[in-house]
Amino acid sequence: MKNILTIMKKELRRFFGDRRMLATLILPGLLIYVVYSLMGGALTDAVGGGGEDMEYRVLLHGSSDMISSVTLNSGVNVTYYRCPDCTEEHDRDTAATGISEGSYHAYMVIPEGFDEAVMTYDPAGGLPAPEVKIYYNSSDADSSAAYSTLLALLNALESSMANRFDVNVSPDVAFDVATEEDLTGMLFSMLMPLLLIMLMFSSCMAMTAESIAGEKERGTIATLLITPIKRSELALGKIAALSVMSLLGGLCSFVGVLLALPQLMGGEAMDAVDASVYSMGDYAMILLVILSTILVFVSLIATLSALASSVKEASTLISPLMLVVTVIGVSGMFGSPDKSLGLFLIPVYNSVQCISGVFSMSYEPAQIILTVAANLVTAGVFVAVLTRLFNSERVMFKK
Amino acid sequence: METILIASGLRKTFTLSKKQQQLEKTNQKVKVAVDGLSFTANKGEIFGLLGPNGAGKTTTLRMLATLIRPDEGDATLDGISVVKDPDAVRSRVGFLTGELKLEDFFTPNYLFDFFSSLHGVEPAVAAGRKVELFGKFGIDHFAEVKVGNLSTGMKQKVSLVISVVHDPDVIIFDEPTNGLDVLTAKVVTDFLLELRERGKTVILSTHIFSLVEKLCDRVGIIIDGRMVACDTLPAVCGGMSLEDRFFELYKDCKGEEA
Ligand SMILES: Nc1ncnc2c1ncn2[C@@H]1O[C@H](COP(=O)(O)OP(=O)(O)O)[C@@H](O)[C@H]1O
Ligand SMILES: [Mg+2]
Ligand SMILES: [Zn+2]
Repeated sequence: MKNILTIMKKELRRFFGDRRMLATLILPGLLIYVVYSLMGGALTDAVGGGGEDMEYRVLLHGSSDMISSVTLNSGVNVTYYRCPDCTEEHDRDTAATGISEGSYHAYMVIPEGFDEAVMTYDPAGGLPAPEVKIYYNSSDADSSAAYSTLLALLNALESSMANRFDVNVSPDVAFDVATEEDLTGMLFSMLMPLLLIMLMFSSCMAMTAESIAGEKERGTIATLLITPIKRSELALGKIAALSVMSLLGGLCSFVGVLLALPQLMGGEAMDAVDASVYSMGDYAMILLVILSTILVFVSLIATLSALASSVKEASTLISPLMLVVTVIGVSGMFGSPDKSLGLFLIPVYNSVQCISGVFSMSYEPAQIILTVAANLVTAGVFVAVLTRLFNSERVMFKK
Repeated sequence: METILIASGLRKTFTLSKKQQQLEKTNQKVKVAVDGLSFTANKGEIFGLLGPNGAGKTTTLRMLATLIRPDEGDATLDGISVVKDPDAVRSRVGFLTGELKLEDFFTPNYLFDFFSSLHGVEPAVAAGRKVELFGKFGIDHFAEVKVGNLSTGMKQKVSLVISVVHDPDVIIFDEPTNGLDVLTAKVVTDFLLELRERGKTVILSTHIFSLVEKLCDRVGIIIDGRMVACDTLPAVCGGMSLEDRFFELYKDCKGEEA
């Protein structure tokens, strides 16, 4: 135990004393923050739903011949569904449910006698103009698109009528039915798994290759191997230190992403996307998953590095893995259709699914427990392999 | 005379890669580096392994220091087998060879403490030893300079000191004066003599006759991985100079083969 600590302290000293190494830890997180902030709202447009032949289904309460005919003549693909014999206006929550269930893209409310009221309205009279209300959900790409289409249509009509009516002006009505959770969950669960997994992997990669293959290449590992410490102590000490540093790098990146994502969405969404919708418990889960994933990465990369005789050779061995990890990370962007528990036994894939699950607020503790357990076992296996490699003169003194 | 080291029938072969086969100008896949080597060393003596380049000296010492395992045979140090209990052997021997490098990033001061700790030396004992050894080798003048910035001679001194942080009873030195300037070489040979005075056993390898004559109580002559003579210096030489005796043995050995 004491030897593990001694090795660990040496490794930490080595990296914290080296400004270049420290920079590789902290820079990615900083960079992400800066780049994403600069990119501003670029992503909002990219995410945008709709499309050429999308049919927008709009639930219509009330009626207006004027709006119907304008919609028809404009050629936009909007179909109105009338409420079957309803007497009073639906409340906002009903609209929200209909939209989030996907039965409608928007909900439009036209006040009684709208056409007539518009004709007789006196803009100079000081009374409020008749108002059309459109409810939509900005975290749903199609709903957003439907809203923009309707808004453009009605705004054109409004100006041709000398502003005799208004659209969505009531100050105390939230026309966007998306909750803060909806928006944040969508964005974070989509981007976080990929970003986190890739950042963690790359922050493990450089340091681990340097610490294992580098020591072999420079012949300093032989000096350690003639001391009476156990090979397993050497393996554990190195992996512990590398994990601490990778965790630090991972956390820097994590915070960078957390702070940057709202900026990335830009504009209105900026206020709606808020990392504070997650509880401390959620973050604790993420941290557990991250830590166990880092242990898998470090022990795996360390094992490969031990097989290489130089840092360069180690990088060559590791780079195909980077590709695999990226693909697994991308799989998290679309969520998993299959949530069977067995899948949470697959290392790294399970981490991606957990991170995505926590951020979209749809995870179960069992998934996290399985993930952490599976990752710990995997890391343990790699530590055992690494110990064997340290014991093998053929591997350690390969010329 | 108490025997401390017994090597019996040590054999080590290396599988040669294609590149190594070209370098060695051979198409044999297996190189026999050490071929059934047996010898003993006594407590408190300096024992020398003498032989030309490629004779198998370094390979023999690496087996004794448990860096590599013999294919056949075994060696015991104080009765402990290098094959069966390498960890225990490691805590009793100090090994110095060019292959063992120190990390450029650290200072001699830090490395001394680090290796003392790995060898389980009490901090207070280590501190006293550090003062003594650093003083003796003049390392105190550059104790806080990173190894990467030291000259070859300075590095060699630090390596030497690190190899004896645990005050081992048996010290194994591979070509101890190779590549050193005359002044540093003198410091090193004086240190070896001092170790003997303190009752330590020194096993060294060299291809330099004068070094054996100057330091060694007993000598083993290795040619092509085999021990061709092993005894006290006068007994091996039999009245001849070591150099003449060596070439006589060498001719006998090579002549047999031809
Ligand atoms: N790791 C190795 N792989 C292949 N051949 C080796 C290896 N180590 C030593 N040899 C070969 O074994 C022989 C003995 O080497 P060595 O013990 O270094 O000799 P010496 O130290 O006496 O000069 C040499 O021919 C050398 O090329
Ligand atoms: Mg040699
Ligand atoms: Zn209705």
